[in-house]
Amino acid sequence: MTQQTTAPAEPQASAASGGAVTLTGISKTWGDFTAVQPLDLTIPEGSFFALLGASGCGKTTTLRMIAGLEEPTAGTVRIGDQDVTGLPPHKRPVNTVFQNYALFPHLDVYENVAFGLRRRGIKSVKKQVEDMLELVELGHLPRRKPHQLSGGQQQRVAVARALINRPQVLLLDEPLGALDLKLRRQMQLELKRIQTEVGITFVHVTHDQEEAMTMADTIAVMNAGRIEQLGAPADLYENPTSTFVANFLGQSNLIEAQVTGSSGDDLLLSVGDGRLTLPTARSAATAQIGDKVLAGVRPEKISIAHADDAATVPDGRNKITGRIIDASFIGVSTQYVVNSPWCPEFAVFAQNVERDTRLTPGTEVVLHWNPAHTFGLDATQDIEAGEVSA
Amino acid sequence: MIVLNWLHWIRRHLVVFAAIAALFYMTIPNVIVLIFSFNQPKGRFNYSWNHFSLDAWTHPCDVGDMCTSVSLSLQIAVLATIGATILGTMVAFALARYRFRGRAPVTGLIWLPMAMPEIVMGASLGTLFLNMRIQFGFWTILIAHIMFCLSFVVTAVKARVMSMDPRLEQAAQDLYATPTQTFLRVTLPIAAPGIAAGALLSFAISIDDFIITQFNAGPSTVTFPMFVWGAAQKGLPVQVNVIGTLMFLVAVLCVVAGQLLGRTRKARS
Repeated sequence: MTQQTTAPAEPQASAASGGAVTLTGISKTWGDFTAVQPLDLTIPEGSFFALLGASGCGKTTTLRMIAGLEEPTAGTVRIGDQDVTGLPPHKRPVNTVFQNYALFPHLDVYENVAFGLRRRGIKSVKKQVEDMLELVELGHLPRRKPHQLSGGQQQRVAVARALINRPQVLLLDEPLGALDLKLRRQMQLELKRIQTEVGITFVHVTHDQEEAMTMADTIAVMNAGRIEQLGAPADLYENPTSTFVANFLGQSNLIEAQVTGSSGDDLLLSVGDGRLTLPTARSAATAQIGDKVLAGVRPEKISIAHADDAATVPDGRNKITGRIIDASFIGVSTQYVVNSPWCPEFAVFAQNVERDTRLTPGTEVVLHWNPAHTFGLDATQDIEAGEVSA
Repeated sequence: MIVLNWLHWIRRHLVVFAAIAALFYMTIPNVIVLIFSFNQPKGRFNYSWNHFSLDAWTHPCDVGDMCTSVSLSLQIAVLATIGATILGTMVAFALARYRFRGRAPVTGLIWLPMAMPEIVMGASLGTLFLNMRIQFGFWTILIAHIMFCLSFVVTAVKARVMSMDPRLEQAAQDLYATPTQTFLRVTLPIAAPGIAAGALLSFAISIDDFIITQFNAGPSTVTFPMFVWGAAQKGLPVQVNVIGTLMFLVAVLCVVAGQLLGRTRKARS
């Protein structure tokens, strides 16, 4: 990459692939409201990166600061090896797919897609626009106005309009929020395909954890203007380091337990009169004997057995007893809610391979799981943080 | 049975009947004007049918000063429309987009020319010009017309700008448009229908204004409405009907053209 010149089109025109985004100490405050706490973040070149969080967590503000639509209160934004902090949006080598698309209502599909090229003074846009419309499967509708398109089609115009400029970074602000579930699934795969094809860095803002996990290589979970945790989807899911991530990304059962000792690579915990084992390596909290920790386990990792069959549960598994208060059959699995003396409303997802018909509400049961699936969290946090209220 | 069917038919087409009746009611004066433009009146007043003649249509400017007054009216209307549209569009953007000291009073005052009786406005403006010792004539009429047209433009454009999604301009900037290009390529085209509506309204109310013009005109600046008023005192020439008919036809033509343009645009896309 050459030095930034006076011509705004220079940096992005010469870009062959994606650029890394580096945020350093970036923050945004409005009066005494802090939208984004000072944060450092590096988004690797060519990755599909998701900023995940509930509404108002600062993810969109972060995205808009990368685009240049919001000026950071402090900190710097670098794209590739260029500091763009002081540059207005039209001089940055990034393009945005806006929430609700923001297509120009007075221009047709073709002109919407050609807009960026024309502004950069490119004369012969026909070939590029047609190729891009082909890529998003809209080649047959170039003369339609945005209001004559379906939601999914509008979404694809918005993607084409941004991608045609070959930006170093493509920013997506809740791009699928306005689509229905089935179309959303389809577009998720579509976007993933396009990203793999063009190799541009994608930064995707979403509040939908499933969407983030389906599409992104790396997810940053944001909460109250901070990044709670950053990692690959599977890593975040299996090893959450805070109650917020544990509850926001999927569902977690958290049990408050006391450390009673250690054995080999495991911590021994006591819950009431029961015993649990937690691999030391999987505990985010550095707990001493006598300290409290939160022992967590995902609902699908748990097996459920009728209390009469308690003797058949193999030794060495983590066990909890309780009573079923709710069972809902949802086809592939059955979701049980079990009340135990130490953990109210324990969630269990059981695959419907061999259904035990005795497992109805009111039944006494034993829940058991492989201790290796237990993770540990600091007990000083809010145990319900990040829970999605139904 | 037949009566019932008839009632049913009438009930179903009631809206159409109402529309036809309204149309009839509104166009009847224009039709009368049109018919009497082909009359050759007996006396000086063109109120009763005598016999058919094309004289007025073939010699429209035969009446002293009438065509000069039409030309003056057109000049004033065009200039007032341009002035009011430019100024009004800027005011509308300022009011819709920015927070500044005096914004609330300006928003209120903009309504005043529409709400105030014309005679009050005309008289007070005339007094102002008199006290400032400004000579009455073309410029005083133009200033007065721009003033009362302004509120219509501001109202029309402001509504359009307020309802515009701010993300459209951000999207333009994101797609490499400079602030100027953003305004010319996105903001202005989207605001255009509001601006056009304001301009058309301005032209229409400027060209037929009498009261305010009367207070602010000089002795040698006679607009067409003033000419008609003056002529009506001593007898109305048939040519007035010709001009009236032409104005009506031009207006109808504009509306029809607009409708057709909109329809083809819709059909094409």
